[in-house]
Amino acid sequence: MAEAAVTTRLKKLINTPETEVKDAMAGMAAAHSDLIRVEYDPNVIIRKDAPRKGKVGLVSGGGSGHEPMHGGFVGLGMLDAACPGAVFTSPTPDQMARATAAVDGGAGVLHIVKNYTGDILNFEMAAELARGEGAKVNAVVTNDDVAVQDSLYTAGRRGVGVTVLLEKIVGGAAEAGADLDKVTELAKRVNANGRSMGMALTSCIVPAAGKVTFEIADDEMELGIGIHGEPGRERTKLKSADEIAEILTMAVVNDIPYKSGDEVLAFVNGMGGTPLIELYVVYNAVHRYLTGRGIKVTRSLVGPYITSLEMAGCSVTILKLDAETTKFWDAPVHTPALRWKA
Amino acid sequence: MAATSAQIYDWVERYAGIVAEQKQYLTGLDAAIGDGDHGINMDRGFQAVLVKIAPVRDKDAGTLLKTTGMALVGSVGGAGGPLYGTFFLRAGAALDGKSEISDRDLVGALEAGLKGVVERGKANLNDKTMVDALTPAVARAKQSLDGGASLQEALAAAADAAEEGMKATIPLKALKGRASYLGDRSIGHQDPGATSSYLMLRALSDSLAALPQQAKSTS
Repeated sequence: MAEAAVTTRLKKLINTPETEVKDAMAGMAAAHSDLIRVEYDPNVIIRKDAPRKGKVGLVSGGGSGHEPMHGGFVGLGMLDAACPGAVFTSPTPDQMARATAAVDGGAGVLHIVKNYTGDILNFEMAAELARGEGAKVNAVVTNDDVAVQDSLYTAGRRGVGVTVLLEKIVGGAAEAGADLDKVTELAKRVNANGRSMGMALTSCIVPAAGKVTFEIADDEMELGIGIHGEPGRERTKLKSADEIAEILTMAVVNDIPYKSGDEVLAFVNGMGGTPLIELYVVYNAVHRYLTGRGIKVTRSLVGPYITSLEMAGCSVTILKLDAETTKFWDAPVHTPALRWKA
Repeated sequence: MAATSAQIYDWVERYAGIVAEQKQYLTGLDAAIGDGDHGINMDRGFQAVLVKIAPVRDKDAGTLLKTTGMALVGSVGGAGGPLYGTFFLRAGAALDGKSEISDRDLVGALEAGLKGVVERGKANLNDKTMVDALTPAVARAKQSLDGGASLQEALAAAADAAEEGMKATIPLKALKGRASYLGDRSIGHQDPGATSSYLMLRALSDSLAALPQQAKSTS
């Protein structure tokens, strides 16, 4: 079958699956030498001027394949270090321990961890190692994906789009001199006030696996997809962009729930294989849905920021803002992937 | 009879070979209910173990197992790295400085490893995880020794118990890890972590059977 042949061919701009992460890190270092430096074995992307004396260090990390998250968010006003794991596989504790040591300016370090079992376990071991070396380490876990039930019977909601917004907002606070307790409290508040849900039109191919993560027919979509191609709420027939945007936004809005009069940041994220023109089509419907319910969209972000390799699809994240989180969202940022006012 | 550090070395090397051989099988099991990388990750980890363990080949069993654990923690990633890493680190700590290992010590090391896995992963029995293979295996090994079996017999019985535990994960609904997101859809699939744990215990049993055991000191 021609179709089967297409799904099993590895047609990617890589040299070998084994060297992909390091090759990309070297590329980032070469392209953004004014912002970051990289170290190998353990693999870490570090803000060029880290450690900054008296500033709380922000460290995140996760599997590769979600670029620009997290390495693209290292720089002024956002992360101090990022630890890229193998594709879709959490990084190892030695990476986070090294990152923590490299960015600790004496004010402590916050680990920003997405809620996946592997990430949690590896960051926990890293925090134990770093504390053993005398570092002050707090951790915050993001879990904003409404597609999966947060219950005793699952590993809990997954961390997705809110992670990007949290890294920006908390990064602004840390840059402004907030202490570790304050930065930690703010991070928890951002996570508590944000929700997301995603969908996929196509699967992606993990290079080491060499084949599509899941099969999906030409006329189907997966609602509630995770950023590693994990199944979501349901597999349904394809609908229009407006209808899809409404399904995602309604699920998110009803979860917290967001109310008339709330001020929010609306974030439409691309999964990696969807062009910006389509993301704006989706954003239009998201914005219309929110304003139609009296929810004020005071800030927005549109683009591929937390991706899933070449998967086509999008996610919608809504974050309820207050004066402080708005201020730190607006604060200067200069990283490979996000830049304003700096 | 007692076990030797040479048998522990053989166990690690043997298991690394099995993981390499079964890489696609483990990855396939994981693709059904997880994210399809268990075999790939474990193989990357045990290739790193082989490099790290060769220079300490002549050391005591504790050093061999702790070296194995550190190599896994630093190379596997995912949930498997901290869990298998913790298993070998704790088992190694229990055999610290020992080159001759009594029957009780070896089973005690497995029990310490299991305890570490449970503490780290916070999984209960029947959550559809590696704990479902390790728990009955450790219990059966202790039982066998209590009943007067030799270490070799006890470890063979432990591997059998692990295999039964592994198969018993098939009808279970996953309550931990990425598979838990599938809810009822995880039912009917064998847990990949329980499978790699079974293979680990079978490798131990085979290592004990393959190499001559140390005669019990009669002095």
